[in-house]
Amino acid sequence: MIEIDTVSKLFGAGDSAFRALDRVSVTIKENEFFTLLGPSGCGKTTLLRLIAGFEGPTSGKILLDGQDLADKPPYRRPVNTVFQSYALFPHMTVAENVGFGLTMLGKPKSEVAATVSEMLALVRMTNLADRKTSQISGGQQQRVALARALAPRPKVLLLDEPLSALDFKLRKEMQLELKRLQSETGITFVFVTHDQEEALTMSDRIAVMSGGTIRQIGGPREIYDQPSERFVADFIGDTNFLSAEMIARTGDSAQLRLGQGAEVTARAGQVDKTSGAVTLAIRPEHARLVALDAGQLTGTLDDIVYFGTDTHYHITLDGIGTRFVLRRQNSPDEMRPVQQGERVGIALASSAGQVLKD
Amino acid sequence: MAKSFDVRRQPGFTAIAMLCFVLLYLPILLLVAYSFNAGQSISQWEGLSLRWYASAWQNDQIQSATILSVTIAVTAAFLATSVAVLAALATTRVKPWRGQTVAFAMINQPLMVPEIVTAVSLLIFFAMIKVATGYTGLWYLIIAHTAFCIPFAYMPIRARLQGMNLSLEQAGADLYGTPVKVFRYITLPQLWPGILAGGMLSFVISLDDVVITEFVKSAGQDTLPTYMLGQLRRNITPEINAISTALLAISILMVTAMFFFSRTRK
Repeated sequence: MIEIDTVSKLFGAGDSAFRALDRVSVTIKENEFFTLLGPSGCGKTTLLRLIAGFEGPTSGKILLDGQDLADKPPYRRPVNTVFQSYALFPHMTVAENVGFGLTMLGKPKSEVAATVSEMLALVRMTNLADRKTSQISGGQQQRVALARALAPRPKVLLLDEPLSALDFKLRKEMQLELKRLQSETGITFVFVTHDQEEALTMSDRIAVMSGGTIRQIGGPREIYDQPSERFVADFIGDTNFLSAEMIARTGDSAQLRLGQGAEVTARAGQVDKTSGAVTLAIRPEHARLVALDAGQLTGTLDDIVYFGTDTHYHITLDGIGTRFVLRRQNSPDEMRPVQQGERVGIALASSAGQVLKD
Repeated sequence: MAKSFDVRRQPGFTAIAMLCFVLLYLPILLLVAYSFNAGQSISQWEGLSLRWYASAWQNDQIQSATILSVTIAVTAAFLATSVAVLAALATTRVKPWRGQTVAFAMINQPLMVPEIVTAVSLLIFFAMIKVATGYTGLWYLIIAHTAFCIPFAYMPIRARLQGMNLSLEQAGADLYGTPVKVFRYITLPQLWPGILAGGMLSFVISLDDVVITEFVKSAGQDTLPTYMLGQLRRNITPEINAISTALLAISILMVTAMFFFSRTRK
């Protein structure tokens, strides 16, 4: 278990100091696949480097299984890192790379050799054990970096955007591979990425970060379906933002009046308002194109963009002028074809929207 | 369409380039050629012979001067390279600190201070020590050579360190390598080409030095260059050419080896 307790990190000093992390607190559980997700510069890599020990926090504490890591240099932490650039040792073979951590720990040669072959089997690299790291492909280097970090059986494995250098197909493959490795080894994974799709498919829990703070922590479903605020809703997937008026509230359920007058029910989430102006977030796939008078919203169809698996409809809402994007999965039984410039109705799935705290 | 500027198309380019190369290499070629002269003269060709190489080889003074030169060069190159590795680590693997630029300038000082000034100051300084201790051995020369070799060893090592991926050392530390072990197993193996280059450069620079050696040496401590300088005051024979050619061959060998080391072992 990793407890990060009000950790701040400043780079530089005085007025020009850059606050990379601002009072971040989070607890990462045992055996968890935990993802730090955010745009570049949000502090996710800094947090990872603090856990690894390459940097020290300006203030706050990091505890591993209840033990303060403050005075421990990287080589005394039972934590290993998979670097973004892999950082494989170019003067060593694949097997020597994988065995490096155990050798440094002073394990006997027979044990090192046994673990190395076990690890290489785990990442399916046994036949390349004696190659130099410059003689293998990017995807293979990625596997070696993983095996090297897993070999000493760390309590926590830190992964710094390890898939970003791979091409699309390989990345998909490695996502599943990583998930498999995590459940097979039972090691806590802390995964850093800016790719929301990657985060959603692999994680047990996700922390969405921005500007050095954590904006929301939750499971992939929770993050996607119930974003707490505009940044999270906007960063993860596509979202339509609608201005609305809250007219009633019972627990999690809020009654809203939209700009065009229709009333809808939505989740109130963590918003503590009971009335007044709010922002409603609706995912593009939670709305349907319907006849002009059959939905809660009306508008003019501006663009139809074909994506293969699905089609995006861009609609300008009547009266408000806001752009609304609607997504429909393509299927052989086509619905009534619509044309660009046509006026259409939009039906919102019941209770699909999420009220955001601004 | 305007032609892009190409210096090779300028009038006189070829002529000037050729002139430069002739001035640079013709004297050396002549020197090498006359080392094979059968006659006594260094300017009048009398036929092909290896007699001056044989005579140099059998000359006791040249033998002892060569041994001394090599002894000093090897020791000084080793010491200078060791110190340069530490200096390079201290100037590349630390957080920026006040006075870093000054330290950098101090390390490279021998490149900027005129050699004759260093020579005179060492002469005076060592004379004081000689009076105080009575020691007149070889270490004065070794220390002096080490001092002026340091920047030559430092530069390729520092360049190598700067070119290295820092995350490799971090990965080493992450995988339970203490700083000493990380240096031994990660940094050093990758630094070797730089260390070899620095060592060879120091060796050649030390082997070649006249000015500082001439000032610092005690009586009877002649290196190859100072011996040759002494010979020039008497009668010049192609023996000098033969020694020079041998030195030239060693230098070319060293530079070539250095080139391949810094290229292939990446």
